[in-house]
Amino acid sequence: MTPLNAEDLRTAPGRRARSAGARWLFLFASIATIGVSCLIVWTIASEAWTFASQVEGSQLQTIGWFPRRGMFDLSTLLVNSAQISVVAMLVAVPSGLAAAVYLSEYAHPKTRRVIKPTLELLASVPSVVLGVFAISFITPAVLSRFFEDINFFNKLAAGIAVGLLVIPLIASISEDALRAVPMALREAASGLGARKVTTTLRVVLPAAVSGLMAAIIVGFSRAIGETMVVTIASGGGDTSLFDLSLQESGGTITSAMAALGFGTDQVAGNDLAFQSLYFLGALLFLITLGLNFIGNAVVRRMQERY
Amino acid sequence: MVNIEESNDKSLVGHTPKVPVARAAMRSQDHAEARDLGQEKAAKVFEINGLHAYYGDFCALRDVQLDVHQSEVTAFIGPSGCGKSTFLRCFNRMNDLIEGARVDGEMRYHGLDLYDQNIDAVEVRRRIGMVFQKPNPFPKSIYDNVAFGPRIGGVKKSELDNVVEKSLRRAALWDEVKDRLGDSAYGLSGGQQQRLCIARAIAVEPDVVLMDEPCSALDPIATARIEELIAELKTQYTIVIVTHNMQQAARISDRTAFFSVEVSDSGRRTGQLVEIDRTEQIFTNPEDPRTEAYITGRVG
Amino acid sequence: MSLLSNPAQIAQRATDSLQLKRRNDVWGTTFKVCLFALTAFAILFLAVLIGVMVVDGWPVLSNRLSVFLSQGFSQRSAGDAGVWQGIIGSLQIALTTAIFAVPIGVATAVYLVEYAEGSRFARVVELNIRNLAGVPSIVYGLLGLTVFVKTLSGLTQGKTVLAGGMTLAAMVLPIVVITSVEALKAVPSGIREAAYGVGATKWEVVAHQVLPASMSTILTGTVLSLARALGEAAPLILVGAATGFLSFGDANFMETFTGPFTALPVLIFNFARQPGEDWSANAAAASVIILVLILMINGTAIYWRNRLEKKW
Repeated sequence: MTPLNAEDLRTAPGRRARSAGARWLFLFASIATIGVSCLIVWTIASEAWTFASQVEGSQLQTIGWFPRRGMFDLSTLLVNSAQISVVAMLVAVPSGLAAAVYLSEYAHPKTRRVIKPTLELLASVPSVVLGVFAISFITPAVLSRFFEDINFFNKLAAGIAVGLLVIPLIASISEDALRAVPMALREAASGLGARKVTTTLRVVLPAAVSGLMAAIIVGFSRAIGETMVVTIASGGGDTSLFDLSLQESGGTITSAMAALGFGTDQVAGNDLAFQSLYFLGALLFLITLGLNFIGNAVVRRMQERY
Repeated sequence: MVNIEESNDKSLVGHTPKVPVARAAMRSQDHAEARDLGQEKAAKVFEINGLHAYYGDFCALRDVQLDVHQSEVTAFIGPSGCGKSTFLRCFNRMNDLIEGARVDGEMRYHGLDLYDQNIDAVEVRRRIGMVFQKPNPFPKSIYDNVAFGPRIGGVKKSELDNVVEKSLRRAALWDEVKDRLGDSAYGLSGGQQQRLCIARAIAVEPDVVLMDEPCSALDPIATARIEELIAELKTQYTIVIVTHNMQQAARISDRTAFFSVEVSDSGRRTGQLVEIDRTEQIFTNPEDPRTEAYITGRVG
Repeated sequence: MSLLSNPAQIAQRATDSLQLKRRNDVWGTTFKVCLFALTAFAILFLAVLIGVMVVDGWPVLSNRLSVFLSQGFSQRSAGDAGVWQGIIGSLQIALTTAIFAVPIGVATAVYLVEYAEGSRFARVVELNIRNLAGVPSIVYGLLGLTVFVKTLSGLTQGKTVLAGGMTLAAMVLPIVVITSVEALKAVPSGIREAAYGVGATKWEVVAHQVLPASMSTILTGTVLSLARALGEAAPLILVGAATGFLSFGDANFMETFTGPFTALPVLIFNFARQPGEDWSANAAAASVIILVLILMINGTAIYWRNRLEKKW
C-alpha cells in the first residue's frame, strides 16, 4: 500500500467553499438580530435627546398632555399608564395564577384538554378586538350599572380589558413554573399527611415563587406596553387632562404615541410634538427593559436560594 | 478461499442465519494464511505512537502505541471508562466535533499523519467510516439513508440505485428491504437498523470501518448476524471494533488490544493500552497480569 | 390523652382523626372551588367576548356579509363599508413578514445551535433576543417609521406594505429564533454524528439532515407567531396604514406592495372610532372575521404540528 499524501485527502473544493460560506451567512443573520436592537436604540435616541434638550421645564409640568400646544405633562401619561396597568394586574393575577394552579395541580386530563386550548385562544385575541369589547360591552353593560357618571371612554374599562389580555400570559408562565417543581416535593408532603390544599399552598407555591414573580413582572410589562386597547377604550391619546379618576378617560404613554404617530405628516403647531413621540418611545423602552431586567434578576436571586 | 459447504460447526445448530455460514471455516483458513504469510507482513493501515487524548485539561487516554493491519478485525476491549471509545473516535477525527478535545502524538494512516494541519477531516471521515453504538439511521427512507453519503460525494443520480443496492447487499440487508426502499428507516427492527447503518457507512467506499460497540443495543440473534457480517466484511475493509463483550472479541477478531484504566489520586480516570497481540495469544497466554485478570473475570 | 395507650386505643384514635379530616376539609374544597371559579372567569369572559361580537355584528354578518367582505372601507355610510382591503393588506403583510423573518430567524437559530453553542457570542445574542421579545409592539412601530419608511424609502417607497411587513418581521423575529432554537435542539445528536461519520461537511449536515428533521416544528411555530402578528395594529398605524381613505388605483399585485395599504386590525380600530351603532356593528363584524381567520390559521398549524410530530 503506497503511502498517501495530504493532497489525496481533500474534499471537493466546491463543498468546502459552500460550508465555509454557509457559516458566514448564519453569522450575519445572528449579527442582524443584534442590529435590530441597535437600530431601535439609534432610532429613539437622537430624536428623544432632541426633545429632552429642547423642552422647557415648564412644559413638563402643566395641566395635562397637549402636545400640539406644547404642553408635555409626563406625569399625566405616567399616572394613567400606571393606573391602567395596576387595574389590569388586579384582574389578571388572580385569574392567571388560579388557572395555572388549577391546571397544574388539580385538573383532570380531560378538563386540561379543554381549558388549555381555550386559554391559548384567549391569547390570540387581537388587542383591537378587546378594545372594541371594552367600549361595546364592559363600559355600557357592566360598568354603567355600578358607576352612573362613568365616561364612555374610561380607564377602568381599559384596565379590565388589558387584564383579560394578560391572563393567558401569566397563566402560561406560572404553569411552567409550577410544573417545574419536582413531584418528589409534593409526594413528600403528602407522605407527611398534608392535604392537597396545604401541599399546594405551603410547598408547591413557595417552591415556584421565582417563576411566579417572573410571570407577574412579565405580565406587568406587557400591560404597560399595550397600545390598542387603551387607545380605543380610554381615549385621551391626543390630549389628556390630568385626572386621577378611573371613571374618566386618559391617555397612556402608548396611546399618546399612537396618536402622535398617527398624523405625522399633518403635525401642526408645536415642533416638539413630533419629537415627543420618540421621547415617549424611549421612556417606554427603558421601562419595559428595566422591568425585564428586574424580572430576570428576581428569578436568579430566588433560584440561588433553592 | 472460503469453503462454505465444509462447515459443520455444531454451535450453529438451531440458529438459521440467512448469511452463508462460513465463520469457523473462514477463521481457520485465515489463521493458516496468516501463519504462512508471517504475522507482520499484513500491511499496516494505522500506526499509532505515543498518542494522548485530552478533553480540556483532563487526560482521557495516555501514551498509546499500536498498529492496525489491513483486512483484519482489530478489537479493543477493557473495563468501562478506559477510553476505548475515545480512542476509536481519534481514528476518524470525530473528536474534533467535541469542544475542548485534543490529541497529542502520532497517528499515521497509510503513512500520513492524520492530525496534520493540511488534512481535511471531512475526507478522512469518508475513508474511515463509523458505526455507532445505538443505531442512528436518518429520519428518512431506507434508500435515502444509504444514498446520503454517495450523493454528497458527487455520485450521479443514475449510479445511485446501483450503489444503494450494492451496499445493502454487502450489509446482508438487501433481501429484507428491497421491496420497501421508500419506507422510513424507523420502521426497521434494531438489528436491521444497525445493518442499515453499516450499509450507509460502506456506501461511500471507505477503506476502514470503525465500530463502537455496534451490538450492545441488540438482542443475541441480531448480534450473531452482525458478527457474521463483520467476518464477511473484513475481506474488503479493515475493521476496528470496540466491544465490552470479551467473548465477542474472541469470536470475531484477529488482533485484540486490552485497555485498562488508571485512577489518579484526585479520582480522575485515565485510560492506557496494556497489551495488544493476536487474539489467541491474548485469550490463552496474555503477557500482562492485568490482561489475565480481566480475561479470567477476576476484575470487571 | 395518655402516651401509654394500648394498641386498640391507638387504632381508635387514628380512625377517629381520619374521619374527622374527611368530614371537615372545608378549606380544601373551598380553595379548589375558588381556583376553578377564577379560571372559569377567564373562559367566561372569552365566551362573552365572542358572543358580544357576534351579536353586535349580526346585522352585518347576516344581512350583507358578501358586501362586507368585498367592499372598500372608506365610505360615507356605514352600510356600504367593507373589509376587503384590510384582508388583502393583512395577507400581504403576513407574506412580507414571513419572507424577512423566517430566513433571518432560522439562520440565527442555526448559528446559535450548530456553530456557536455555549460561546459568549451566543449568550449575547440570546440575551438580546430575550430583551427584544419583551419590547412593546409600538416601539417596533417607531423603528418601522424611522428606518423602513423614512431611511429606506428608496426601497420601500415610504408607507407601504413592504415597510409594514419589515416592521412586523423585526417584531416577530425573536419568537421565530426562540422556536427554531428549540426545534433544532430537539434533533438527536446521533443524527449529526452519523452524517459527519459518512464524510459530510458541516453545511451538508445542517442542510440535508438537521434542518429537514426540524422543519415541521419550525414552520408550525412560525405560522403561529404570524397569526399573532396578524392582530397587531399599533406598529402598522405608526408606519402609515391608511385609516381614512385608501384606493389602489390601477396598481397591479406587485405594485400594491409598494403602495398605500391598510390591515384588518387597523380597520377594526377605524370602525371603532366612528360614532354610531352602524359603525359599531361594522367593528364587531370585522372582529368576528379576524377571529375566524386567526382561529383557522392556528387550527391548521396545530393540526399539522400534531400530524408531523417526530417521534425520535
